[in-house]
Amino acid sequence: MIVDRTDLAVLKPFRTGAREPWRISIWHGVALAAALAVAVGEAQAQVAAGEPGIVETILKWTPLLAQGFALNIAMSFMAMAIGTAVGVPLGLAQVSLLPPVRTGSWFVTQFFRNSPWLVLLFYCMLLLPFELRIGNTIVPLPGWLKSTIGLSLPVMANVSELVRGAVRSIPFGQWEAADSLAMSRRQTLTMVILPQCVKRMTPPWMNLYAILTVATPLTSVVGVSEAMTLTGDILSSEARTELLVPMYLYLLLWFFIYCYPIARATLALEKRFAVK
Amino acid sequence: MAWTPDRPLVSIKDVHKIFGNLEVLKGITMDVMKREVVCIIGPSGSGKSTLLRCVNALVPIERGSILVEGQEVNDAKLDKLALRRKVGMVFQQYNLFPHKTALENVMMAPVHVLKRDRKEVETQARALIAKVRLTGKEASYPGELSGGQQQRIAIARSLAMNPDVMLFDEVTAALDPETVKGVLVTIRELAEDGMTCMIVTHEMGFAREVANRIYFTDGGVLVEHGPPKEFFAHPRDPRTKQFLDQIL
Repeated sequence: MIVDRTDLAVLKPFRTGAREPWRISIWHGVALAAALAVAVGEAQAQVAAGEPGIVETILKWTPLLAQGFALNIAMSFMAMAIGTAVGVPLGLAQVSLLPPVRTGSWFVTQFFRNSPWLVLLFYCMLLLPFELRIGNTIVPLPGWLKSTIGLSLPVMANVSELVRGAVRSIPFGQWEAADSLAMSRRQTLTMVILPQCVKRMTPPWMNLYAILTVATPLTSVVGVSEAMTLTGDILSSEARTELLVPMYLYLLLWFFIYCYPIARATLALEKRFAVK
Repeated sequence: MAWTPDRPLVSIKDVHKIFGNLEVLKGITMDVMKREVVCIIGPSGSGKSTLLRCVNALVPIERGSILVEGQEVNDAKLDKLALRRKVGMVFQQYNLFPHKTALENVMMAPVHVLKRDRKEVETQARALIAKVRLTGKEASYPGELSGGQQQRIAIARSLAMNPDVMLFDEVTAALDPETVKGVLVTIRELAEDGMTCMIVTHEMGFAREVANRIYFTDGGVLVEHGPPKEFFAHPRDPRTKQFLDQIL
């Protein structure tokens, strides 16, 4: 390109000094796999005579671990669904023309966005009943479901902020054009503004999902039998100290394998949307 | 009093507009008759665009009166949507909806605002796109069109509402020089068809050619106005003379 060869300073690409944001890359996975291999090798050397090998032990527990991991995924799906379903209306309330609605939704958003996730988890665990009575039917609320609700609160607040930010990022001219075509505010929002927001919100929304997924092991602290809790259970039932490092690295690899494609897809979408 | 076509379609009286502590319009008065084409010219920041935005209530006014077909715009109980059905507006930055095709852009308001039949609207929309000489671009997205093409689609989009008056806010200011002409031709054809137009522009040649009346604003006041020939040949006010000397 001419730009690269020019002597004119004004034609040189402008650099702000800002780096590309930190991204998860395949090298993190390679490093993780290498660390696991080394850890397995180290541990294997410590295996007492007559005990099963490290790889053998890990494989033996893999089906159980997969069950726990499935619960992590299920919780992440549900929390994301609930958080989005509530967060989108909350975000729209933040751009309402009515000051009380705007202020109220802003307060709720800020409250849940700035509360530590673990604190919200404990609150939901302790404040929600273990079952709900609706008429004569009793709906049990198991721990994992209460935790999911706990996790969906910060998701809701973050989605709310995403929506508010996206609506405000649409050029003012779009509102003016819709206004001048006699479109009502509702029509403007649903037909002009929000469709454009969806595109802008998708990459950060996927990013939020990846963050949520890696946050699901927090629920082990409140006793949900997900992958992290099960890893602890496995280790205590095996009672072999040399298993500790390989097992946790193995679990970490599971999360990497799940989150890495999401991170790549997010990046690809961002690049595609950045062009236009 | 019901409005009749012998009275001004747009009647602006002593309009004041204040942004914070900046008075942008300091008492503007002008009448635009049906089928009349007026061009408003003047230096940047003289309040031309603001004046247009006041006419379709995009911007509220502090004092004065704007009647559009006898309907008072400076009224807290104004039905803005009813007003805007009568007043079309085209912007400097086109403001097409980027997620919709050219045809969808033109069809959106008649279908959803006027609740007209989709088939009928589509026929009209295609005819309008042909009228702005963009047949074949119906399925293109705004991002795939040049600035001038986008602006012509924006004109078609506005016309699809069958407005009684069109407001043009520096519609060629953001365009590449070679695409300006197509847009101006479109507006001139519109004027020749009898559309009432209020045009804010920096294209003096175009203004001279198309306008029935030229208004010159400076610093929020209307300095002088007159038929284009007289206005350009014999400007009376020294500010007008100075402005014309600078640009002609």
